[in-house]
Amino acid sequence: MSEIKDDLRYTENHEWVVLEGTTAKVGISDYAQDSLGEIVYVELPEVDDEFEQGEEVASIESVKAAAPIYAAMSGRVKEVNESLEDSPEAVNESPYGAYIYVMEVSDPDEYEKLMDSDAYEAFLKANE
Amino acid sequence: MDPYYAYIPHTEEDVKSMLQAVGVDSVEELFSDIPESVFLRKPLDVPEGVSEHEAAEFMKRLAEKNIRRTSFLGCGIYDHIVPAAVQQVASTPGFVTAYTPYQAEMSQGLLQAIFEFQTMICQLTGLDVSNASLYDGHTAAAEAAAIALQVRRKAHTILVSEGVHPFTRSVLASYYRDSDITIRTIPVEGGITRIQRLRELIDEDTAAVILQTPNLFGILEDFTGFAEAVHEHKALCVISSNPMTLGLCRNQGSWGADIAVGDTQPFGLPASFGGPTVGYMAASQKLLRKMPGRIAGETVDAEGKRAFVLTLQAREQHIKRERATSNICSNQALAAIISTAYLAVTGPGGLQEAGSQCVSKAHYLYDKLKEIPAVRPFSDAPFFHEFTLDMGSGSQAKSFLREMSSRGIFAGVHLGDLDASCEGLVAVAVTEKRTRQQLDDYAARAQEVLS
Amino acid sequence: MNQLIFEISRSGRKGYRFPKQDVPQREAQQLFGVIAAKQAPNLPETAEVDVIRHFENLARDNFAVDAGFYPLGSCTMKYNPKVNELTSREAGFTEVHPLQPEETAQGSLELIHTLTGYLSEITGMSWGTMQSMAGAHGEFTGMKLFRAYFSAAGEHQRTRLIVPSSSHGTNPASAHLSGFEVIELPADERGLVSPESLKPYMNDQLAGIMLTNPNTLGLYETDILEISEMVHEAGGLLYYDGANLNAVMGKSRPGDMGFDVIHLNLHKTFSTPHGGGGPGAGPVLVSDRLVPFLPVPDVVKTDGDYRFDWDRPQSIGKISGFYGNFGVLVRALTYILVMGKDGLTRASEMAVLNANYVMESLKDLYYLPYDQVCKHEFVFSAEKMKKDTGVSALDVAKGLVERSIHPPTVYFPLIVPEALMIEPTETETKETLDRFIAVMTEIHRLAYEDASQLTEAPRGTSVRRVDDVRAARHPVVRWEGAE
Repeated sequence: MSEIKDDLRYTENHEWVVLEGTTAKVGISDYAQDSLGEIVYVELPEVDDEFEQGEEVASIESVKAAAPIYAAMSGRVKEVNESLEDSPEAVNESPYGAYIYVMEVSDPDEYEKLMDSDAYEAFLKANE
Repeated sequence: MDPYYAYIPHTEEDVKSMLQAVGVDSVEELFSDIPESVFLRKPLDVPEGVSEHEAAEFMKRLAEKNIRRTSFLGCGIYDHIVPAAVQQVASTPGFVTAYTPYQAEMSQGLLQAIFEFQTMICQLTGLDVSNASLYDGHTAAAEAAAIALQVRRKAHTILVSEGVHPFTRSVLASYYRDSDITIRTIPVEGGITRIQRLRELIDEDTAAVILQTPNLFGILEDFTGFAEAVHEHKALCVISSNPMTLGLCRNQGSWGADIAVGDTQPFGLPASFGGPTVGYMAASQKLLRKMPGRIAGETVDAEGKRAFVLTLQAREQHIKRERATSNICSNQALAAIISTAYLAVTGPGGLQEAGSQCVSKAHYLYDKLKEIPAVRPFSDAPFFHEFTLDMGSGSQAKSFLREMSSRGIFAGVHLGDLDASCEGLVAVAVTEKRTRQQLDDYAARAQEVLS
Repeated sequence: MNQLIFEISRSGRKGYRFPKQDVPQREAQQLFGVIAAKQAPNLPETAEVDVIRHFENLARDNFAVDAGFYPLGSCTMKYNPKVNELTSREAGFTEVHPLQPEETAQGSLELIHTLTGYLSEITGMSWGTMQSMAGAHGEFTGMKLFRAYFSAAGEHQRTRLIVPSSSHGTNPASAHLSGFEVIELPADERGLVSPESLKPYMNDQLAGIMLTNPNTLGLYETDILEISEMVHEAGGLLYYDGANLNAVMGKSRPGDMGFDVIHLNLHKTFSTPHGGGGPGAGPVLVSDRLVPFLPVPDVVKTDGDYRFDWDRPQSIGKISGFYGNFGVLVRALTYILVMGKDGLTRASEMAVLNANYVMESLKDLYYLPYDQVCKHEFVFSAEKMKKDTGVSALDVAKGLVERSIHPPTVYFPLIVPEALMIEPTETETKETLDRFIAVMTEIHRLAYEDASQLTEAPRGTSVRRVDDVRAARHPVVRWEGAE
């Protein structure tokens, strides 16, 4: 069973989000890293790029798979986790520590519509 | 007697026992799933099979219908000396009859050879990384444009110098037909791409600028300041070069290009009516994961020993499917290995020697032709082994080439046949393979024809 | 382990002598000024004998059809006849320049024209181009033809292209790159495309469908005629991925099935060597309605002479520099001449017999998800084996590597978990197939009795399993010692 953290919100594309004020930090869930396998590369967005919720913002690659990461919320990229360029394995080792980007969100209300941990757990079960 | 089927080893006994094992009575039964409506109930309208000897004789007769002459033809395909050792490598069954090296443990030889090719391409171009090769130099330029459009997602224009080979430009046009991408031409002046023209045309919508040196006219372009001008607009600078020139001329890396492309045909590959050749592509490190096609990488095996493997495969179409940014899933591996062997045998000294002979011989002929009153050089800009003559008109160019051909010489390519704006221009290519006798002969015949 | 060519280099060593220069030397530095190189590229300096040994050793450390059995599904690794190599090396072919006058290249033009004709007949199409260099390049060309056709008809809204989920990965990639919206269609319980499932897409947004027949499971799409009628009725076009043509030559033709565009892989069906990944050739053949859009130049015959025809106003233009991988076309025509009509048909018959023979002999050991007569290939699933023993399709592959047999295609098609896709081809003897069956039987036994023999395979190869994660995380794509 993969780990789900209580204090985060989740998307159906297996991203996690934590919102503080209007700043959202985004990564991928333990379930997502486990299904991708050994991650070899994270393609990060450019700082200052703007995205609508659901637009492709980054992508993540293992040896045998490539998965897009869609913007969990709308807004402008404020910071990216550059350390992933040299050590993408951090996403495997600590999915909830290795965030991918930080976004200044334009619509904080989007956060409440994301799944909480219970809903995400149910979502994973339903999709097993 | 049983009928003979070439390359099909089954005896009647084999067929019988295999059908039995499958549990059917006849071979026809194995095709019973094909509906009658689409079952071909007549023989194919192709000839009866023949022995390999007869087929070879037929092909030989076909080959003999082609006429070979002393050649001064270039424009992307050049007649260079091919060392015997290179021809030997070209027919090594371990390379010729292998598939793409997906199973690394039984394909180390090919993977290493490709790794060596990639290293040589990096050395030649002065750029950081290379892929395992592409179809040809023309499609390589189109793939370079695709990288740029991927990097600059919001840009929709590709600028191409008019000095770039017309076939490269038409391939680019075909690649981006019926799309929202615009290909715009940077006009040349006197055969030279001017930085002012580039500056006038480039803007924030430009994803890439594609240049070529030596260019269509054989002119070695001076790209000082070009890459900077391109980068000011965040576009990528792509430079195509005949790699034979790179022993003596500045390479793409030194001009500040982000992507280098071209064709390694001059390295050991025959003209072969234009193919197969090898498109090469090198790029700066940050573009590595955006490169199309195969890439061989170094790694270690389970015991820590150096090993090679096809890497960065997650970029590719068999994983990304409709999200892939290129559909290329092959390379010109064997032809790339031939070029690798060429560079290994000739070495840096050989590359410079061949290049230097090209330059000296081309200039020798150029100087001789200039003495003929009717000959007007198209440009006095520096050139390598190809220069352009202005014959006045298309019909004069054609008649010159026809007369020369009837005297046993393919004297050049009428550029007007490739690009209507070049009517009357004839490009003459001179390689190290030509002898002084042949050059003198060319000049004498030209004198005859033009007087 | 082999040394790199750079590692055997010694400064000052020369491997080749060019003819003595017989004209006055011109100095590049002087002529070129700012354009002159500051230094020579760092290339290896080696003796000819060392170059030959180097590449000979690399070639020996590499599996190939000439070395052994290669049942790689969808790749048709048949024997590459040696006469093809012989004819392809005729100086009359190799020394012809693509831009020399047409009247001096009649042999090459005739060859292209003749081959285009034969391939049209074999596939039941009207005409085609030899310009595309590989299967994927052919697909790309085909998609451009679709586009041009709809543009000419003013039907710009036709953007949806149906691609079965079992298709080759290049299909959706090619379609998407040409601006089509890809609709992935799952196979039905038979492993086939069902006309019923297509119905929702039969409208004026439909561009068409890309299929291979037989499909990647090795099964014949029995509803093909109904499908093509539906698609045409809705105004769409059909694209045939010719990767699997080796199953049906002389039996069933894509043209008769209703396809509008087809690409062939001469390096599969028509026996030209794969060359370690290329050069191959991916000719494109089309139905009548798409002929006007074919790439330029076409090769035409008038009054017994052959010439290029550039005057095709509706053409999609050029899709590669010259006329394709001509050297590959020479080999393919040689093959067709040797095989002849009976031989080509016999090739498909024996390819199908070989596949069914191997399938029937192993299906009690390896799970066969679609248990029926196959065509030239079939797909096992190692899923149950993996659950029972931990031995995956990849481990089976590495066990074969250790036993000097090239593994089947693994993990494809994607719709079969732990897929092992096997295509023996017609050129293999029963004894070769029997040995493969024996080895696969042995591997199955080991999986259940001594799995580590497989999970640790291959042993005895020049390298053990390679670390592809490391290669992808920290890519090294050139020799760093060259700095």
